[in-house]
Amino acid sequence: MNAPVGHYQYDQSDREFLAARIDEFSGQVTRRIDGSLSEDEFKPLRLMNGLYLQLHAYMLRVAIPYGTIDSQQMRMFAHIARRYDRDYGHFTTRQNIQFNWIKLEETPDILRDLAKVDMHAIQTSGNCIRNVTSDEFAGAAADEVVDPRVHAEILRQWSTLHPEFTFLPRKFKIAISGSPNDRVAARFHDIGILARSGADGRPVFRIFVGGGLGRTPIIGQEIFDAVPEERLLATLEAIVRVYNAHGRRDNIYKARIKILVQALGIDAYREAVEAELQQMDLEHYRLTPEMVDAIRARFAVPELSAPDNASQELSARRETNPEFDLWVRSNTHPHRDAGHIIAVVSLKPAGGIPGDATSAQMDRLADLADEYSFGELRITHLQNIVLGHVRQDRLYDLWQALKEVDLASANIGLIGDIVACPGLDYCALANARSIPIAQKLGARFGDATLQAEIGALRINISGCINACGHHHAGHIGLLGVDKRGEEFFQITLGGRAENGASIGTILGPALPEDDTVDAIARLVDCYLGIRQRGETFLDTLDRLGDVPFKEAAYETV
Amino acid sequence: MKLFELNERPAKFHEALVTLSELAENTEARAVLLDIADDATALKPYLNRLELVVLRFPIFRDGRVFTQARELREYLRFSGEIRAEGHVLPDQAAFLKRCGVDNVVLPEGSDVELWEKQLHRFPVAYQRSVLPFRPVEGGLRIEEDS
Repeated sequence: MNAPVGHYQYDQSDREFLAARIDEFSGQVTRRIDGSLSEDEFKPLRLMNGLYLQLHAYMLRVAIPYGTIDSQQMRMFAHIARRYDRDYGHFTTRQNIQFNWIKLEETPDILRDLAKVDMHAIQTSGNCIRNVTSDEFAGAAADEVVDPRVHAEILRQWSTLHPEFTFLPRKFKIAISGSPNDRVAARFHDIGILARSGADGRPVFRIFVGGGLGRTPIIGQEIFDAVPEERLLATLEAIVRVYNAHGRRDNIYKARIKILVQALGIDAYREAVEAELQQMDLEHYRLTPEMVDAIRARFAVPELSAPDNASQELSARRETNPEFDLWVRSNTHPHRDAGHIIAVVSLKPAGGIPGDATSAQMDRLADLADEYSFGELRITHLQNIVLGHVRQDRLYDLWQALKEVDLASANIGLIGDIVACPGLDYCALANARSIPIAQKLGARFGDATLQAEIGALRINISGCINACGHHHAGHIGLLGVDKRGEEFFQITLGGRAENGASIGTILGPALPEDDTVDAIARLVDCYLGIRQRGETFLDTLDRLGDVPFKEAAYETV
Repeated sequence: MKLFELNERPAKFHEALVTLSELAENTEARAVLLDIADDATALKPYLNRLELVVLRFPIFRDGRVFTQARELREYLRFSGEIRAEGHVLPDQAAFLKRCGVDNVVLPEGSDVELWEKQLHRFPVAYQRSVLPFRPVEGGLRIEEDS
């Protein structure tokens, strides 16, 4: 097998390691069933292998390192959905996939099936370093300076069964991007890394620590501006070591690194990390150019070639077909190669469940990836699918093929591109169901022309304060709350995860589900009425504040 | 008390463990029980007379023990014996060894065979530890002396 485009190619040694991990987990399941492991002991062990006990069944979260998979791997997801689940899977905001109806005793079999295509569920949950996420347009975007996936793979390997950092105070999430336009929400991660080119041709890394959403949303702070590549692993070891030693373990709601960074202050945290670095044998932790290049050699690079008239063909199609033109406007992104384009397939059909895909859709996406994008697919942190390297003259054919399987919603970055957590339909922690309100909003704003008219507007929905739907970072955020046994939603405005990250502010009292949908419709109407030419929703909000929106939202309640 | 040895170093029996605060006065003491909340670097003044440091897991999920062991080995270059005790699982055997722990006080009812199996489960590792290693061709992977 040739190396896959876009992700690391396993060899025999990687596969033996993975097989050993599955044998270990299989033994842990047996020990749980025979009683030699208590549930309290088994729980962290199963979580470290992605297995949750949800409201109705076990859920298995499978890692998609830096969000990139190949078509064979996608077909394996389809197989797992058919064979072990209810014929669908759910792509998550951390670029993973979840299977919601799993039997405990079948999990070792699922893991063995996944291992056939070099996939696993290692560290997709638990108090350890989680799956490393990255830019969904990595290696393709015109605005990128460094392809972050090689270093994302290095971080994946480094964090895998790390002997010191597998029992941290709490979960630990790392994201890495190589573009000046932050598409990974770097400042909402425990560690966010932005790569850029250094003077010697090797990358340097700007590192943020202590960001996160959840109960206590905090924007990450810069700890180092320019860490050289050879110091990357040493620096991360030092940051996590300070956290492991001093992070709170007495209260799980105060155990994330963000609380420690707030308590110490960023300067004191930096000093503590520097004190570690001074005691460390830096040579021992050095990430050499040879090590990086050896990892890079396991990635195949797509051989891009397009006919000279590829762009003209695309333009001609757009001119004659307004529906296609609308889709191209919202669902594509400029590629670094002039004859190519990045296509985003929306998993948010009007009235559908955000992020869900059936086995048939997964199989079809795998075929389309083979046909149009070197067999490569990426999962976005907004729960959509990217085909990264599509020839411009073939984009129209791709769009038609997507239409046939109901995957051509033209709503990326628009109001229909809703992010929602699983909510009370699945999750034991939730106060409210996130999915039905997402479906109602999706249906309300389903019309593609209306969505284009409204423009960039992101809705995020969380079913409880743990904020898995990232409501704090939504331009419009909805938080499910319980009011005397009834499901209510609190509205926040003005959050954003990209450059200039900020946390949304609460608009007013929480409303019941249907009233919330109506309030948002009025709020959007209000924006359309008062915006100035060329303004996005956030621009208008920044200019006028939330008073007009508050009046609109609550006018008839 | 039953000890499980993670490496070749034979475990020694010690009659009396003292706490960190007792170390200063008790100049005869050769073995210390470090509290989970203490930094291992606090042992620095006593290193040349210490033969054993015992690290205690209050619960197996408390990963501070791993950092304490690494600080002893990497920062303080402690060459004496490090022992782990308390609520510890066989699934942690290799992690402990790789952080520099020599032996473990087995909890009641432990399955020694499982401890042995867990110790040698993984053929390679993806990050450096305190153990001597050989790089494996291609990237971060290493094999360690076991």
